[in-house]
Amino acid sequence: MDKKLIVSPSPHFVGEESTADIMQDVIIALIPALFAATFYFGVRVPIIVAVCVISCVVSEWLCRIVMKRPNTVGDFSAVVTGMLLAFNLPVTIKLWMAALGSVIAIVVVKQMFGGIGHNFVNPAIAARIVLLVSFGPQMVRFTAPFTTGLVDGVTTATPLNLLQQGENMPPIIDLFLGEHGGSLGETCAAALLLGGLYLVVRRVITPTIPLAFMGSAALVSVLMGLNPLYQLLTGGLILGAVFMATDYATSPLTEKGKLIFGIGCGVITMVIRHYSNFPEGVSYAIILMNILTPHINNMTRTKSFGKKIKCGAKKY
Amino acid sequence: MSEIFGWMKNAWRGGVHPPHCKNTQDIVTVDMPAPKKVILPMQQHSGTECTPLVKRGEAVFVGQKIGDSNERFSAPIHSPVSGVVRGIVPLLLPDGTNTEAVVIESDGEQKLHDSVVPPKIETFEDFIAAVRESGLVGLGGAGFPTHVKLNTNGKKVHTLIINAAECEPFITSDFRECLENTDDIFDGIDAVARFLGLERAVIAIEDNKPLAFERLLQYAEQRQGLKYGLEIKLLKTRYPQGAEKMIIQAVAGIEVPQGKLPADVGVLVMNVTSVGFLARYLKTGMPLIKRRVTVDGGAVEKPQNVEVFIGTPIRDLIEFCGGYKVPPAKLLMGGPMMGTALADDEIPVIKQNNAILAFDEEQAKVFEISNCINCGRCVRHCPVRIMPVTIEQAVLREDLDDLAALDVNTCIECGCCSFVCPARRQLAQSMRIGKAMLERVAKGKL
Repeated sequence: MDKKLIVSPSPHFVGEESTADIMQDVIIALIPALFAATFYFGVRVPIIVAVCVISCVVSEWLCRIVMKRPNTVGDFSAVVTGMLLAFNLPVTIKLWMAALGSVIAIVVVKQMFGGIGHNFVNPAIAARIVLLVSFGPQMVRFTAPFTTGLVDGVTTATPLNLLQQGENMPPIIDLFLGEHGGSLGETCAAALLLGGLYLVVRRVITPTIPLAFMGSAALVSVLMGLNPLYQLLTGGLILGAVFMATDYATSPLTEKGKLIFGIGCGVITMVIRHYSNFPEGVSYAIILMNILTPHINNMTRTKSFGKKIKCGAKKY
Repeated sequence: MSEIFGWMKNAWRGGVHPPHCKNTQDIVTVDMPAPKKVILPMQQHSGTECTPLVKRGEAVFVGQKIGDSNERFSAPIHSPVSGVVRGIVPLLLPDGTNTEAVVIESDGEQKLHDSVVPPKIETFEDFIAAVRESGLVGLGGAGFPTHVKLNTNGKKVHTLIINAAECEPFITSDFRECLENTDDIFDGIDAVARFLGLERAVIAIEDNKPLAFERLLQYAEQRQGLKYGLEIKLLKTRYPQGAEKMIIQAVAGIEVPQGKLPADVGVLVMNVTSVGFLARYLKTGMPLIKRRVTVDGGAVEKPQNVEVFIGTPIRDLIEFCGGYKVPPAKLLMGGPMMGTALADDEIPVIKQNNAILAFDEEQAKVFEISNCINCGRCVRHCPVRIMPVTIEQAVLREDLDDLAALDVNTCIECGCCSFVCPARRQLAQSMRIGKAMLERVAKGKL
């Protein structure tokens, strides 16, 4: 033979789906919520999303060059992180803060730990918490829907604030469709659930974590004597349950592990909301469970084929 | 309802659905004449290597035994041609085994050896001895000596499963056996059932081969007055259903316990072509010297099934199929999921070799490996329910205790984990490395 043959280990076929395909599916799933946010909060929404996405991609690209590692911008994970971070910011945020958050998410949380798959907490959530601690007032300055122009809008309390202060709540249908104050991507439950459904149908995620998260949060709120629907439809619970808690790198491998993870997220969220002086607990709940993920993985190892089965000529 | 239940059961059992690529299924098997030279490795089975029984310059005949071993766990090797032994040379097999090979130059006359007469069988012991003499090994790919499998040491076997699943892409040699030698298959089952006292035999076939299923069903109906139950079972197509423990799970719903053999749960699994061969051997006494091989892949001019003499160099086989259409980028012995990549085409066809695939550039594309994103697909799709991603991490940090705790030895090397990995990681190879590490420990070398 005049030409050398490729010798590689089996299998010699690979599936269609690559990391980039999965990330593109997540981006597609986020688009309904992006449209809903633009509808309610105006033209600043796409600007903030663009700033976050571009800062994430550029910082990932520069980071890989500085670290002398192969470039990974092509896997689209930085785009997903940018979009998720933007969804967690109020629409009035200063653009440089959004950019700073993106750099923290990519450089500190993701690349310093080894890049995609090696971060131990969700980069977007970690960056959001850093921004919340650093720029408290700007991060909780929410505006009412349809009032935000390019410059500013009418400041409003989020339903969670109203709930905590015992004031009148907007109707459930408004909460479901997203016509209330809040971070720009978290308000429209309908769009987020649609995205989640897409991810489940495309088998990007299994429904275990979102269902366990929302289910346990609803159950705990009933036990606490709260209205579970208000608890589910306010704050970032659905955004967190569908898109943040299901992040592969920081959630358990097995379905059993995912169930424990989701229940942990739901319970911690409700405990923070009800007992602490923070109005919102989704981010902290997810981060805490992220840190526990390696232990959950060790606890929920699978039982391999044919293990501990009694032997004997069994008829069937 | 049963549809949904079946789907759920399948989802829970893991496995994957690679493209079928059964391009050669409608082409009738073609006989290839004896090549000028055959190369016969002394290791064409799992078990002890054979020792050559012939010397350089000796004349040999068709069906003459040229290699055998004193060990039980082995199978003899016969000459497929008549001619002269040209030498006994060292040979490196594609799986990395070093062995000897007998090289025979054919005289083209195909003169039969005196030993080729139908075996006289009266007792169970005669039957096992005859199966051993036939040189039969599992023709589905594993190469387990059949006489060892059939000699169950007093364990009561009630069910024989005939494995016609052929779940690997491209390969159609078992499918063609079902169509072309249907009677032989049933005769073979008869023989095994008679000597082992079976209660039932089940031919298991996947639902992407409806033609073979219908034909088997039709022939089964003609068989009257059997002393055992005969059933043709259609399985939902799923890779790696044709693996021994997988097909037992699919047909009988039994999980063979770790460290046990199928006979321990009263079941035997035989490949459909092995059974067909057994019937022909009992009739003619002609040992295993030829077999059907699927030749396919984008670089082959005329993909087809070929009845080829064992020991034929792959180059000659490809020449017979019209040669290479384009220069091959990868040459495989076996299917694309579990087959071995070859370094050259001088290697001969061996007993358990059911396919030769020559891939073109596009089919042989090698993907870049990236970071594991922890998606859990490998865990979800693993048919033996181990955790490839966690095992790979244990291999990388050489954690032997964890490797044992993670049951890496359960792995059947089907390659589902590598197949589904979006980061294109070579997980199946990591499983093999993990097994090898444990084996070295067991031998006290680490």
